Parts: sequence; C-alpha cells; structure tokens
Amino acid sequence: MLELFDINSFYGKAHILNDLSFNIAHGEVVALLGRNGAGKTTTMKSIMQMVRPATGSVTFAGQDISKWPTHKIAKSGIGYVPEERRIFSDLTIVENLEVGRQSPREGVPTWSFDDLFDLFPNLAERRNNRGRALSGGEQQMLTIARTLMGNPSLLLLDEPSEGIAPIIVEQMAKTILELKSQGLTVLISEQNLHFARIVADRAVIIESGTNRFDGNFADLDSDPETRDAYLSV
Amino acid sequence: MGPFIAQFLTGLANAAALFLVASGLSLIFGVTRIVNFAHGSFYMLGAFIGYTVMQLLPGAFGFWSSILVAGLAVGLIGVIVEMLVLRPIYRAPELFQLVATFGVILVIQDLALITWGAEDLLGPRAPGLKGVIRILGEPVPKYDLALIAITPFILFALWYLITKTRLGVLVRAATQDREMVAALGVNQSWLFTGVFFLGAMLAGLGGALQLPKGGADLLMDFNILASIFVVVVIGGMGSLPGAFIAAVLISVLNVFGVRYMPQSTLVLMYVVMAVVLIIKPYGLMGRKEVAGEHGQVGEPEQPFSPFGRRGRLIVAVLLIALATLPFLGSKFAMILAIDIIIVCLFAASLHFILSLGGLVSFGHAAFFGGGAYAAALMVHYAGSPMELAFVLAPIITGFLAIIIGWFCIRLTGVYFAMLTLAFSQLLWSLVFQWGEVTGGDDGMVSIWPSPWASDTTVFFYLTMIIGFGGILVLRHAAHSPFGYALRASRDSAGRAEATGINTKRVQFVAFTFAGAMAGLAGTLFVFSKGSIFPTELEIGKSFDALIMVFLGGVKTLAGPLVGASALSLMQDYLTRFEYWRLALGLLIIAVVIIAPEGIAGTSQKLAARWGIIRRDEVQ
Amino acid sequence: MTSVLEVKELSKSFGGNHAVNNVSFAVGAGELLALIGPNGAGKTTCFNMLMGQLAPDAGEVLLDGENLVGLPPRAIWRKGVGRTFQITATYPSMTVVENVQMAIMSDKKRLFSFLPYARNLYREEAVTLLDLVGMAEQADRAAAILAYGDLKRLELAIALAHKPRLLLMDEPTAGMAPSERIKLMQLTADIVADKGISVLFTEHDMDVVFAHAHRVMVLNRGEIIANGSVDEVRDDPLVREVYLGGGTVFADKEESENA
Repeated sequence: MLELFDINSFYGKAHILNDLSFNIAHGEVVALLGRNGAGKTTTMKSIMQMVRPATGSVTFAGQDISKWPTHKIAKSGIGYVPEERRIFSDLTIVENLEVGRQSPREGVPTWSFDDLFDLFPNLAERRNNRGRALSGGEQQMLTIARTLMGNPSLLLLDEPSEGIAPIIVEQMAKTILELKSQGLTVLISEQNLHFARIVADRAVIIESGTNRFDGNFADLDSDPETRDAYLSV
Repeated sequence: MGPFIAQFLTGLANAAALFLVASGLSLIFGVTRIVNFAHGSFYMLGAFIGYTVMQLLPGAFGFWSSILVAGLAVGLIGVIVEMLVLRPIYRAPELFQLVATFGVILVIQDLALITWGAEDLLGPRAPGLKGVIRILGEPVPKYDLALIAITPFILFALWYLITKTRLGVLVRAATQDREMVAALGVNQSWLFTGVFFLGAMLAGLGGALQLPKGGADLLMDFNILASIFVVVVIGGMGSLPGAFIAAVLISVLNVFGVRYMPQSTLVLMYVVMAVVLIIKPYGLMGRKEVAGEHGQVGEPEQPFSPFGRRGRLIVAVLLIALATLPFLGSKFAMILAIDIIIVCLFAASLHFILSLGGLVSFGHAAFFGGGAYAAALMVHYAGSPMELAFVLAPIITGFLAIIIGWFCIRLTGVYFAMLTLAFSQLLWSLVFQWGEVTGGDDGMVSIWPSPWASDTTVFFYLTMIIGFGGILVLRHAAHSPFGYALRASRDSAGRAEATGINTKRVQFVAFTFAGAMAGLAGTLFVFSKGSIFPTELEIGKSFDALIMVFLGGVKTLAGPLVGASALSLMQDYLTRFEYWRLALGLLIIAVVIIAPEGIAGTSQKLAARWGIIRRDEVQ
Repeated sequence: MTSVLEVKELSKSFGGNHAVNNVSFAVGAGELLALIGPNGAGKTTCFNMLMGQLAPDAGEVLLDGENLVGLPPRAIWRKGVGRTFQITATYPSMTVVENVQMAIMSDKKRLFSFLPYARNLYREEAVTLLDLVGMAEQADRAAAILAYGDLKRLELAIALAHKPRLLLMDEPTAGMAPSERIKLMQLTADIVADKGISVLFTEHDMDVVFAHAHRVMVLNRGEIIANGSVDEVRDDPLVREVYLGGGTVFADKEESENA
C-alpha cells in the first residue's frame, strides 16, 4: 500500500534519511522504531512531503506521490498525526475536526462527528471547548480524531505515547487496535517498545536514517543483538 | 445637541471605510503573518479604479456597481501581488516580507501616477444621495447616513464568514498553524491567495466607498496606513468587532478633534492608541500573542564572534580608502558619503534592537528625528554650539527613548512594533502641529556646524569619526556581556529569566542605547544639512531604516551597513529619473526574491557554500 | 534528613477549578524526588508556582526556611534553584559554551558590562561544566545544531552553572530515546550525589522514575494521593487506577530492577 524506496532527506546539510526503504501492506500496523534522532519524524514528514526528500520515491496506492504537494497527499488518503500534536488551540473541538473534514473515500471507513465522539467520549463532553483547554491526553485524542475526519486509508502516528500518562497510553492502544479492525493501515513511530508490541504486527527499526531491521516481534526478540544495538531497552 | 449629533454621525460614516480597510489588513496579517505595508496602496487603487468606472457607468446602479467592481479589481491586484511577490518569499525570516510590500507601495504609487496623473480627483456624488437631511437642525449628508446603514451589514457579513463558515474555520486554523492545515488536506497556497484577495478587496471597497467624501489622490496610501495600523492595534490584532469599535472610536474622535481641538487632530489618534495599549496591552478585544506559537521561520542565526586580526585589517583598509575620498572625489561624492554614513549609523542602531533584541520597532525615526530636533532646538533657542549639541542631543534622545521604552517594552511582537509606530507618529504630529516652537511644516533652518567644521572636507572627516565611532560602539556592544544578555532574552526569554536575567530591563537599556545612537545620527544629519523638517520623523523614515536592515540582512552584523549603503546608492541614482519609484520598487522586490536572507546574509551563505568562509551547518 | 525545600499547603485555582489543592511536601537534602501523575493533574501548575512563574492563591514555598512566594523566577534562581525545561530552552544563536557562559555571567552579575568581550569571560569554568556532562568536545558548536539528547545535557550544564542547592527538572527525559533517558538520569543522579544537590522532577516515563527516584509523589486532580518509596507507589491500587493502569506499557518490576 505504501512503499518508500531509497529515500534520502536532509535538514540543511545534515543527512537524516539515508537510502531508506520499507513498505506497508494493506491493513497492517507497522511500528517504526529507533532512537531519538534516528529519523522517525523525518520519515513521516518525508512521506507527507513536509520535508522534501532529495532522492528516492514514495509510492502510495500505486501512485508515485514523491513530487506532490502536502495537501494533495493528505487528500489522497494519508492522515498524519504529528508528534507535537499541533491542535488549533483557538478553535473549538468541533472546529478542529472541521478543519480535518474531507469527503468520503471509497473502500475505507467514513467518519462523522458522531462516530468520533463515540470513539473518544472525553471529546464529546467538551465539544464546544477551545483546544487550549484540553489536557495533553485529550489533545492527543483530538489530533487523531481530527485526522480521521479526512477518512484516511493510511494513518501516520508520530510517537502518540510521548508525554502521556500510562493509563491513557493503554486506552490509545485499544483505539489503534479498533481502527485496525475497521481496515485502516497504520504506521506508528514509537520509542515505547511495550506499547509498540501491543499494537503493531511488524517492526521496522531505523538508525541513522537506514532500515536496520524489518520483521515481526518474535524475530526481534530472537535477535537481542539488533534490539539492544538500535533500541537498547 | 444638534451639532454634537451631526458630528457624531459624520464620525460614524467615516468609520465605514476605515473599518473595511483595517479589517482587510487584520485578516491578511492573521493568516499570512505579513504586515502588509501596501494595504494603503490597495485602498488608494480602490478609489482611483472606482472613480474611473463611475465615469463609465451612469446612475445609482452604476455608482454602486462601480464600488463593487473597484473592490473586485483591487482584490485581483492583491492576488497578483501575492502570487508574484509574496509566494516566493513565504519561507524567508518573519517580517522580511514587509520589505517586499514596501516595494509594492513604490510600484503602485508610480503606476497610479502614470495612469491617473498627479491631479487630485474630486469624487463623484452618489446618485440619489446628493443632498442633506436635517437632524435637529443640523445638515447631515444623505450619503453619510447610507454609509452608517451599510456598515453593520458589512460587519455582520464578515463576522459570519469568519466564525460560521468552513472557510472561516480554515482561515482561523491557518492563522495558527498553516503547515498543519496543509497536512490535513487544505491547499494553503490558495487559502493564502484567497485571504489576500479578500483583504485587498476590502481595502478597495473602502477606497471606492469614500469617493464621494474624499475623492482620490496620490497621498491616500500613506495617509490611511497609519490610521489603519492604529485601528487594528486598538481593536486587537485579528478581532473584527475590535476593529469595528476602534474604527468608530478613531473616526468620531477625529471629527470632534477637528471641531474642538483643531491644533491637535493628528496627535489625538495616537494618544488614544497609547492610552488603550497602556491599559489593555493587546488592544480592546485582542489576546496576548503566545511566543513561538507560529514557529520560527527560516534558519536560526549563526553564532558570531568579533573580527580576528585579518578582519580588522580589512576594515582598517576600507576606512583608510574612504578617508582618501576628499582627495579623489568631488564635493558631491563627499556629501553623498556623509549621507550614507549617517543612515548607516541610523540603520545600525535599529539593527541593534531589532536583530539582537528581537524588538521590531516601526518607529525608530522618532529617535533620528528626535536627535535632530533636539540639536536644532538647542542651537536655535539656546545658541548652543555644535560641540555641546553633539553631547547633549543624543542624551536627550536617550531620555526620549526611556519614556517611549517604558510604555513599549512591556509588549512584544507586532504590538511592540505598532506602539513604537504610534509614539513616533505622536512625536511627528507634535512637531508638525506645534509650529510656534518647531516651525511646523516649515521646519527649522540655519542649524550650521561650528566654523571649524563648516568646510565639507572637515565635516566629512567629523562624520567619519562620529559615524563609524558610533557603529563600532554598537558592534562592540553586540560582543559584550550586555549584547549577549540581549540575545539571550530574545532567543529564549524563559531560559533567560530562569537564569537570573531581567529580560525586560535588558531590553529597556538596549532600547535606550539604540535610541541615543539614532539620536547621534540625527544630530549629524541636522548639522550636515543645516536644516530639519518633520519629514525626518515620518513613518517613511522609520520604514527606510527597516528596509535597510532587512535588505542588508537582519541576521548579520554587517547587514544594516550593506543595506543602508545599497538603498542610499540606489535612491541616489534612480531619483534622477521621472518614474524612479517604480524602478526602485521593482529593484527592492527583485532583491528580496533573489536574496531572501538579505544582501549580506545571502552573500555569506554563498561564501560558505563556495568554501570562502566556514559555517556550522544547521541540522 | 533536613529538607532543602518545604512546600506548605500550596493552592491554585483557575476559574473555580482547583488545579493544585492544599499540596504539602518536602524535598530532603540530596534527595531525588519524582512527582508523577496524569496529564492535567496539576504537576505543571505546581512546578510553575515553585519556580515563580505563577503566583499561588495560598501556601508557602520555603527554600531553607526562606519564603519564595512572590519572587520572580530570576530571583528564585539567584537564591540557588536551577531548572531545566520540558522542551529544552537554550540560546540557539550562541555556541554551546556561550550558553553556559551566559548563565555564569548572570551569576557573577556581569549582564550590564559593555567593555569586555563576552566570549572570553568565564570560558574555563563553562568548559569544566560541559566536561561534567560530557559535552566539552562540542563546546564551540552552535547550540542550534545539537542533537536533542545533547541539548538536554547542555541544559543540565546550564542549570549547574550557579552551583544550585535545588534542581527542578520538568520531564527531564521527554523526547529522548529509552537508552538515552536512563543515561541522562544516571548522569544527573551521579552529579547531584557528588555535589549534594536535591532534585525534584516530573516524568511520564515510569522506567526512569522507578530506576532513579529515591521517593515518588503522585498528584491527581490537584492533590497528592500517594507519597512513598518506588515499591509502595507502584503497588498502590489507587495509583494504578488513576495513572499507571495495568502496567502493560512500561517495564515490569523485574525488568526495571535489572535496568
């Protein structure tokens, strides 16, 4: 469904992604693991063309999206949930969702305001509150809900557990599994291996912007050397 | 009671156009973060285009359609400006775009001159609304009443658009985080263009709508610019109801001012603004700007260090070369050099607070003109010698900066910019209207240097010593602990405060210091010209300094000198042509697009790329 | 154990909502005390009051018996309280060593000197501090290009510049990789043990908290619901219910003891 091929991305002269390749099949949840600075966020941004890769290609649903502008990629069905959440703090919850709204897409679940308020009951109670009044956990839910309003077929979640109370992280895990059961494909970048293990089918470990491991968690556990070298839990 | 009500109604009617133009500025700023200096030019174009179309379309229907046509036409011009001039430079450092919009002002001025000529155009009266209605015995123009009736509809329509429609939601979201809006599937380029269209259209409508009251002339752009800044700031950036209340307040005050205090009409508006901002620092209905909410645009600054031996040698050689000018060049060349050194010092003093302090002042002319007037007043009234003036005038300017700084330093960002603008305008209007003391529009003349320095060559050397002395002092201050504390306060106020730095006090001292240095430049100026006029205090003068700093490169220490020299030389060369504004405006726009880091900044970057200088690469 | 910081009945409400309600605790000399709790429990509000960014409605904050309430952050810093930020706050336009020099210049009250070149002032002291956190080799790089973990270490060096008695660290390991988190906290623990500095820190990473804190306090809805050793807090049913959950998303007891 999504294929990254030999992506090279730079910030200034710093070479962040180095011939990075991996792919995600339809309906899969893939965890993108790696240290801080390994290039996880840049990978997400490169898919969205918020960082423009110097070389390489990103193929989504059979189309090369490498040269597309960001908004067109979002329109094609990739939903991006950034690490810093970036909710619109001046807008109400409903208005935040409205920004993310797109027309229904064939073959993927369509989300209405009510569906999302069912999925995130905390948000329903506060639907007319401004974003600034939300706690960190609620903000994280709002970013996910806002992205779902675009009826994405592929969801990119950048470190959703960062800075969130353990109990909320558990809820988040349930939500992601629920989304998976509805047929969504998910790429989730994580530093929390425990969390990744719960939600993901497969792990991709990157280090210095290169793919160092690609396989399921059983393989990862049987290869403690790799695990400790790139994750060192 | 009758005259009072009539006055009040006139004020309300005047508020209509002001509100339209100001709300357009507010919208554009909110979404694109661009302080659109050219907004007054859109207003002016609205008036001219409306005038022309009214000549073609007869009757009441023609009149009102002409206003709409003018609005749409100006909206399209706004789109052209946005797409050609601003799109290429959205990623440039914040506020850099205002240089480009300044270029647009110049271009539009000359295009209007070419198209409509220099004559003021008398606006046609609105068909069917030509007469007056007597209210309590006082005549009130029918057209005024029509305007009063229309305004609430405009306010409501805009309010509805912004708060209730999807477009409005997107606009408000983009105001906060435009990149995220794009990541959610919204084409932000078109959103920006759309907002520019809307903002420019509102300005054009305002210009056309006021035709029966004010006509069209070539000074409209700058004349309204100050007022709309004031309105937007009093109302609170981004607040439509705020802008409406402020427009009414300013217009009504103006009308009463003209009647009851004709000597102080100009001052009044700025006094009101200063009072409002002192009580409510973010305007009547605005809210505090959260620092970092919009994210730093562009690369962070490079650390800098004082020149090594080689750098100093190069500077010394350049200075010695310049010192030979009297032996090689003409008297005219020396005078030009004097002018340039003075503006270099002026620009360097602005750069000190703007770049190192992060305090973007839109009113630095207050200190340049302030120093010049302080010196002139001392010479004129106290018969003070030049030498004493050189000591005292900068000190007096420093005190002026203490007073202005006391009010302004509490604010940040665009509010700081606007309040400094208000204070400089306040000073300008004081000087302009207090003719008995300052000579008003006629200025003050015969302010000559002491006899020993009256020879051009001697004064050239004096300017070199004082001008470059001032610049070197400013540069050294940048490398001193104080300069570091100033940068620390800008880089991260939270970190600075959490490590014992009183950031506001540091900024206050820097503001005062920069003010005194600008005063020194002003003092040099008045003795080099022998006269001083209120123009040296005008907005245009403050803008000149801003343009110089940004054009040269705000993030480099050499920027202000390069920018000041470049702009002065361009102006000096181009003003000999008839349509020099057009040429200068296009040149400025070209530089802005080609060198988005400013001339010095972009040269440094290229030099680093070609391996001439070393630069740490940014991750 | 004598306490360095004593917080007495601290309260703050925003529009009727009790963000922090009657909170009292003490930080002992040389102690590493963790403050944890759900998002919105009042940790940040509490921290901001200790650091002078927010005025409490009621209560006292005593540093060695001296009340800090009402003082601005910069005055509290001068009394000997250092801090690090959740999202690192350094001066990106300066080099690494200049960042530290800036704090020393402030400590020595040289902020308003115009004459010397700042880059030559207290450089050696600053490099010594950078050496302590393992950043000496990067002294002359621009702070703007540092990796995030290095920025965190730079912040630690800055926080140590005025030889504080107490360090307040707001989520010191946020945004770092798991291995780096443990390393940074270990480094912090070693330095504060060596210099006898007390630390109060908030943290969401339970692996870090359980591995390094001497004592843990749990804040929920503005009130302290647990205060005790790592084991006591980890097994507290109320804490599990409101904050820790089933324990599936952090290392279990044996793992963290081996860490």
